[in-house]
Amino acid sequence: MAKHRAELLVNLVIALALPAAALTAWALGESFYVSLVSRVAILALAGVGLNLALGYGGMVSFGHAAFFGLGAYAAGIFAFHAFDGTPVISWPIQIMGAASMPVGWLAAIVVAGLAALAIGAISLRTSGVYFIMITLAFAQMLYYLAVSIPTYGGADGLILYLRSGFPGLDSSDDLTFFALCYALLMLAIFITWRIAGSRFGMALRGASRNEERLAAVGISPYPIKLVAFCISAMITAVAGALFAELVGFVSPTLMAWKMSGEILIFVILGGVGRLYAPIIGAAIFILLETLIGGITDRWQFVLGLVLLGVVLFARGGVMGALTGRARHV
Amino acid sequence: MSDALLSLRGLNKTFGALKATDDVSLDVASDEIHVIIGPNGAGKSTLIAQVAGALKPDSGSVLLSDEDVTRLGVPARARRGLARTFQVSSLIANFSALANVSLAVQSHQGSSFRLWRSASRDSRLREPAQEALSRVGMAATRCDIPVDELSHGERRQVELAVALALQPRLMLLDEPMAGLGGQDCINMTAVLKRLRGECAILLVEHDMDAVFALADRISVLVYGRVIASGTPQEIRASREVQEAYLGN
Ligand SMILES: Nc1ncnc2c1ncn2[C@@H]1O[C@H](COP(=O)(O)OP(=O)(O)O)[C@@H](O)[C@H]1O
Ligand SMILES: [Mg+2]
Repeated sequence: MAKHRAELLVNLVIALALPAAALTAWALGESFYVSLVSRVAILALAGVGLNLALGYGGMVSFGHAAFFGLGAYAAGIFAFHAFDGTPVISWPIQIMGAASMPVGWLAAIVVAGLAALAIGAISLRTSGVYFIMITLAFAQMLYYLAVSIPTYGGADGLILYLRSGFPGLDSSDDLTFFALCYALLMLAIFITWRIAGSRFGMALRGASRNEERLAAVGISPYPIKLVAFCISAMITAVAGALFAELVGFVSPTLMAWKMSGEILIFVILGGVGRLYAPIIGAAIFILLETLIGGITDRWQFVLGLVLLGVVLFARGGVMGALTGRARHV
Repeated sequence: MSDALLSLRGLNKTFGALKATDDVSLDVASDEIHVIIGPNGAGKSTLIAQVAGALKPDSGSVLLSDEDVTRLGVPARARRGLARTFQVSSLIANFSALANVSLAVQSHQGSSFRLWRSASRDSRLREPAQEALSRVGMAATRCDIPVDELSHGERRQVELAVALALQPRLMLLDEPMAGLGGQDCINMTAVLKRLRGECAILLVEHDMDAVFALADRISVLVYGRVIASGTPQEIRASREVQEAYLGN
């Protein structure tokens, strides 16, 4: 019980740290730092998505950048066509572009959901290191696909000149944009919490721990994992859509294996299967990148050391070090 | 057509040159406890795995209420009323006993795609799970700790409770007494005895006191073959069985 309370407290501190940082930066007139906190929230959201697959379903996806990138492209392409006044697709129905964030999020969710259904359906027939490799392979395929489509800038990427709007809000304002990112992050954590505690979540955890046992009680692990993989991809895709709006730029590198690795790092650093952990992971990552990256290009060496330390000495990530082992169910 | 709940017809399974199941045919009636005995390596676990669907036989068929289930996988057979326990405990380690049993309950209720409502506060899950646990004699105070912190004997009880929670027509129990101490053995035997009539049981067991206390029929498996099958009295009297197995 005491442990449980410690975890709630740590979660609360983590949840409040982001808006506190954003507000402080805003009050000091440092809009760069407001955007930096938005960046943490967005990357954390990508991690929250992966955490559902990795932390609760035991699926070590090394291809979540595919969904991050698809989300970014989905939002970017809608904005691009809105700017152009051309339809996104004209067959079987005509869909016009829209410079609206909710439309971009919805497009990201639909596209990533469908991609995850196809990728997951194939990848989940394997397990262990094969699963890691096959998800990586799919992400690399999408990477090269993005490079080869000249309409959307190919390898150069796609520049978005204006941030898409949100009904009733001024999304170009940095603090407002942060609030949107933060709201989605918290919503995703809430959704993950509900799913993890549901009957489906129980079956998913069961599948990650002991597939043989799950099958023996009559629950097929495959469809359970596939559904979780799709939801996971959809959450990460929304992060991608937000990232496109944050930086005003979409490029194939968002789908590259390095991005997949970074999303994995957020989750592992923070603590696999812990709700708020991806925020810690993303925050540490951005802090190191900003603080040490400003001094030397070798900041990733320090990141490597931190990761090594966490994996060797705090098996539950930073979250595990702060609050002990995850609560059992 | 037969009135058997489970019929195995000419099952064969080889591992390389080893014939682990050799033309096995046997029936289990819907209210009987059918015990399989035989020396280590005789192919008992292999046979159970083929009945459960975890292993595919090379030839032969498995019928459940006259339905050919030979080609169905483990989950599909479990949904048709086949529940099994494993020779080596196989529970979900960081789940509590209650959570382990709840999984079986939700499977039985066909509700594993509910993504929103809390499972841990759901009395439609908790109550049947709790009941299954108390039927196997699990202390209520031990139901909420992770199963990897339970004793070996308790884990065996939980395994049985998981199988019970499926409200199966046939239970496949692979050495449920393995590694249990004297008193735990007696308790487990009593629990199984109380299940008589509720569902059929295909039981693999080494403990001869338990075997003769429980069995309606006994089949003796040696080198993958059924060398004798009959009532406990017949098996006790059989010279062949004495030589092959009991007479040591
Ligand atoms: N997957 C397998 N691959 C190869 N040989 C196996 C396999 N499973 C069991 N065996 C062999 O088949 C024989 C029967 O094993 P098993 O069914 O476990 O016997 P029992 O349960 O009666 O002790 C043993 O000789 C065992 O080594
Ligand atoms: Mg065995």
